Amino acid sequence: MSTVEERVKKIVCEQLGVKESEVQNSSSFVEDLGADSLDTVELVMALEEEFETEIPDEEAEKLASVQDAIDYIVSHS
Amino acid sequence: MAERRVVITGLGMLSPLGNDVASSWEGIKAGRSGIAPIDRFDATGYNTRIGGAVRDLDFESYLSSKDTRKMDAFLQYGLIAAQQAIEDSGLTRFEQLDKERVGVAIGSGIGGLEFIEKNVIALHESGPRKVSPFFVPATVINMVGGNVAIRFGFQGPNIAITTACTTGTHNIGYAARTIMYGDADVMVAGGAEMATTKTGIAAFSAARALSTRNDEPERASRPWDKNRDGFVLSDGAGVMVLEELEHALKRGATVYGEVIGFGMSDDAHHITSPPESGEGAQRAMNNAIRDAGLNPSDIQYINAHGTSTQVGDVAEVAAVKKVFGDHAYKLAVSSTKSMTGHLLGAAGAVEAIFSLLAIRDGLLPPTINLDDPDVGCDLDFVANKSRKADVRVALSNSFGFGGTNGTLIFSRYEA
Repeated sequence: MSTVEERVKKIVCEQLGVKESEVQNSSSFVEDLGADSLDTVELVMALEEEFETEIPDEEAEKLASVQDAIDYIVSHS
Repeated sequence: MAERRVVITGLGMLSPLGNDVASSWEGIKAGRSGIAPIDRFDATGYNTRIGGAVRDLDFESYLSSKDTRKMDAFLQYGLIAAQQAIEDSGLTRFEQLDKERVGVAIGSGIGGLEFIEKNVIALHESGPRKVSPFFVPATVINMVGGNVAIRFGFQGPNIAITTACTTGTHNIGYAARTIMYGDADVMVAGGAEMATTKTGIAAFSAARALSTRNDEPERASRPWDKNRDGFVLSDGAGVMVLEELEHALKRGATVYGEVIGFGMSDDAHHITSPPESGEGAQRAMNNAIRDAGLNPSDIQYINAHGTSTQVGDVAEVAAVKKVFGDHAYKLAVSSTKSMTGHLLGAAGAVEAIFSLLAIRDGLLPPTINLDDPDVGCDLDFVANKSRKADVRVALSNSFGFGGTNGTLIFSRYEA
């Protein structure tokens, strides 16, 4: 069973079309991984799907980095 | 202002016959059908289970996986055909290109049907939060042009004319006039389509427009043949680079031919059927011939709309006889849809390209599956086998739902 971190990073790679080696925990979706506002919406949808959860919009807006996403998932599961 | 002449300097195509212009043209020359059983979805239970698809396309050599996910297939096809045409034109290697003087006119008949279907199902099953943020930019028709502009930095006019099966023809004609009028020096123009989805097939089938010759797909598209039973729906894209003559000559571009005439009209008759006389088609052809300043007898080849429907095929023959008189029996008329099927909004663009190649190679494309011509269908349809001929001027027809008609005339480039 993969860890939350591995699963989040895998989705980030798929959604943003980046290589695993480019994704650090500290990576910002917009500044480091080239996401635009539409990409981040779809990324959140993919995380919801993977972790079978619903991330409210006001929480989703705060998820700026890979670590933010991991923390959110860990604290809500 | 001196008249600005418009020539074609680049071609790109994805079709059921091949994933570029060269392989598609080889298929035409060989009289090969690109029609096969539908495999993009399980077509069990559909009246029509055959179509023309883009197969074995190496997407990765054109688009990133991230781009691919944000675009319906019709956008991907249009963008790839545009990339091919632009590459072929040599514009990517022309450093002095003024990108503010380069525009795009690429349309689609239907747009992002498959992406729409997926999202409607997601909305219905799981609610509004499951609708993709890319839904609109992945499906609306002008996004072929939008994506071409972004990729290549073309900042001139950007437009997408949507006129059902006349789309490709109208976009090319409009693009030529945009250059003639002086609004641009280069236009990337054509059409793209991917409508062989569940709803696409079900809808055209419900309208009784499609062939149901499911057990003989390669023989299903048979324009003017007595046993035709409707058209075959196909996917693909055709794009060409149009360029002001001096601009093309100055940079030493390869010239495929010249756009010398464009004509339009409407049947003002019925939402899906033409009148038997083909009056609207006559007006489009007459307008194009007048625009070109030609006599009808100057034309050697007609790439017909010829979709393989009962009414449409005979109406076009009636129109050709009326416009050309005795010359109708001297020129060649063929339907490349007998091989490609009907690419709807991409059809006019793909057929414009075949018309140019007929001029370049001195070769008349055949009408395949023409075993037993219908009553009154007595023109030279280049039945079943391509043929050598000196083609200096070729005319290409497209007619669409809504009664909208378009005709383009191309000639060999002569200084």
